[in-house]
Amino acid sequence: MHNKFSPRRISASWYYLITVVLFYIGLFIFVSDRSTAAFGLFIEILLKMLPVFAFVFALMVLSNYYISSAFIMKHLERKGARKWLYAIIGGVLATGPAYMWYPLVADLRKKGLSDGLTACFLYNWAIKLPLLPVAVYYFGIQFVVLLMIVMIAISIVQGMTLNAIVK
Amino acid sequence: MSAKAFAGMFPVLLGTILLVSLVVTSIPVSWYASLFRGNEYVNSVIGSLLGSVSAGNPIVSYIIGGELLERGVSITAVTAFLVAWVTVGLVQLPAEIAILGKRFALYRNGLAFIASIAVAMIIMALMRVLSYA
Repeated sequence: MHNKFSPRRISASWYYLITVVLFYIGLFIFVSDRSTAAFGLFIEILLKMLPVFAFVFALMVLSNYYISSAFIMKHLERKGARKWLYAIIGGVLATGPAYMWYPLVADLRKKGLSDGLTACFLYNWAIKLPLLPVAVYYFGIQFVVLLMIVMIAISIVQGMTLNAIVK
Repeated sequence: MSAKAFAGMFPVLLGTILLVSLVVTSIPVSWYASLFRGNEYVNSVIGSLLGSVSAGNPIVSYIIGGELLERGVSITAVTAFLVAWVTVGLVQLPAEIAILGKRFALYRNGLAFIASIAVAMIIMALMRVLSYA
């Protein structure tokens, strides 16, 4: 599934960048001062972000090496109250785009995974551990820790609410 | 896989920083203030709406959110924006409906939208409590 999507995503990403660069070139021809100021800010932000990007890349390599989708799906199939814990941990550890997980989660729902647990898993997918250095860089460690704790708590509330609604 | 994933992400990041730089240098600070001029509840709803219709890697939302914060937009609105960006998927909604079902997808996204506002409010309250402590 991942291989099917990756090449398209990569080429689309480059098309996006090329379009933006062409837009900048066009803007430079007509309003050079504006595009020059914007490019100056771009360089400033990029230089500040480069060490963070390097750290993010290292974390992505580590998480992809040690955590497989099969490992996550195996734990989501567990029974009892602990399944909420596994849905949270599974969501947090899940890598790649959210849509990549839809078919795998759909398969588990056929085997009895509740709507609430599915929602809880997908909500926690939003917490991306490898990207946290960037979040900390912009918002500070206190905000990021609070946000993670509140989001995890809300994911359970959301899951239980969904279970109650669809009953 | 990580190298491929990062290679796919990097042009998007560069393009986004380029666009954010253009927006930041083109739009005056007063415009952001006018967009988020309501109370914290209204601002968080606006932040959630903006986040819900946006899509892309979460790292992009951090960059935009960080710049919004620097332009004087409140932490409540930025939090709602960040949370809605990653939990509400209007762009992915057709795929979610097709694979996980219409009822589930609509309920999940609706609840996630409400939750993004709730998270922003809770974070604002906690930050205030911590600043007084």
